[in-house]
Amino acid sequence: MTAPDTGSWWRRLAALPKDSAPKTIAFAMLVAVVAAVLVSFVAVTLRPLQKANLERERQGRIVAIVSRAIGDAGPLSAHVVELKTGRIAPEIDPVTFDQEAAAKKPETSIALPPAADIAGLGRRETHATVFLRREGGKPTLIVLPVRGQGYQSTLYGYLALRGDGVTVAALTFYKQGETPGLGSRITEPAWQGLWPGKRIADDSGTIRIKVVRGAASGPHEVDGISGATRTGNGVTNLLQFWLGAYGFGPFLDRVKAGEI
Amino acid sequence: MSENTRHLTDPLIASNPLTVQILGICSALAVTTSLKTALVMCAALTAVLTVSSGLISSLRNRIPVSIRLIVQITIIASLVIVVDEVLKAYAFEISKRLSVFVGLIITNCIVLARAEAFAMRNPVGPSVLDGLGNGLGYSLILIVIGTLRELLGAGSLLGYPVFPTVADGGWFQPLKLMLLAPSAFFLLGFLVWAVRSWRREQVEKPEFAAGTADQGGRP
Repeated sequence: MTAPDTGSWWRRLAALPKDSAPKTIAFAMLVAVVAAVLVSFVAVTLRPLQKANLERERQGRIVAIVSRAIGDAGPLSAHVVELKTGRIAPEIDPVTFDQEAAAKKPETSIALPPAADIAGLGRRETHATVFLRREGGKPTLIVLPVRGQGYQSTLYGYLALRGDGVTVAALTFYKQGETPGLGSRITEPAWQGLWPGKRIADDSGTIRIKVVRGAASGPHEVDGISGATRTGNGVTNLLQFWLGAYGFGPFLDRVKAGEI
Repeated sequence: MSENTRHLTDPLIASNPLTVQILGICSALAVTTSLKTALVMCAALTAVLTVSSGLISSLRNRIPVSIRLIVQITIIASLVIVVDEVLKAYAFEISKRLSVFVGLIITNCIVLARAEAFAMRNPVGPSVLDGLGNGLGYSLILIVIGTLRELLGAGSLLGYPVFPTVADGGWFQPLKLMLLAPSAFFLLGFLVWAVRSWRREQVEKPEFAAGTADQGGRP
């Protein structure tokens, strides 16, 4: 009985004058449904393209921040590195990889043994984004994200190394909450200017880079800031950590071996 | 000239939506700081206007009178969202610079005016031509203003330097005013004046006589 009923119901509606209330409501619903389907279809179809655009923009912004931070406007490309093995992980798109989020998720981070956790991180992400400049197939600039506990805040920065993986090109901190006028001077160009040319390791490969109290001597030492000894120690510790076996050590070994 | 061609050509000068009807001024001020944004905005508005006129005209005998405006707005809004989404996917940079103004085509008086005044009363063919003509009329003015503003405000066209600016070691001192909204008002005013000096029939009759001083300011 239902089918003929629907049919007659439809015929009755179609026979009504166009300005009658039922036909007005039916027309409004029809327009709403067609418009909704059209808009949803377009939105869903184009979503991947739009998302890629947003991600590309985010990536471009990060590269711009890194370039400005290290005072070098040359081209850089982003790569995701598996920290444990030091290999570049081509299966992870650096455009969509979010290192900050990865560090917080248990499935993309590991708990650090207390003895190795000199930078006071607790957990460390399994993958990290590095920025490279390649010339003639070889890296000439390697920018590594570093972070660690300072005196009263976590310091976030970038360490740029020359292609040899040993010579510092730049060190910069973009986020910190150290004592204004003392520890926070690590963000000043005067102090950051002490870093280029320093060497992170000696010839045997041992990480030796250190912020010292007072004046530095030798290529592995950098002057500390008076009154900010603990911030200086924090910088030493975070560099020791990120350049060591739990940080970018395996990656830098591959760089030195010419595998990157 | 045939009737149909007139639907297309009249809105270019004789009944231009911007200079004669003074509609759609807001977006014309906002997007003309550079020629490129103006061009994309023109394409977006022309596309929406043409398609909405065609759709509304084809439904004109079925749209109930009591809800005709909301049906028109729904159709226009859907088309605008589609255009906005397409721009976000294929012209991301430019869509960021146009920001909300593509979305605001929904409230652009020209689109609703053509739907209500023309497409609701005319067959599909003339309505599409009318929509296209009005879109092109809007585009013509935006391109003129956009060209002048970018040329005088930045010394470039479509981003390519035309006049070497002082900042780049040339002689041209950019008129920063041209990059601000008031300059578009001035340019549009001059344009309206120029068109009406050429086409005297567009000059409107004064709606009231201006008072003089000895009448105490009253007419």
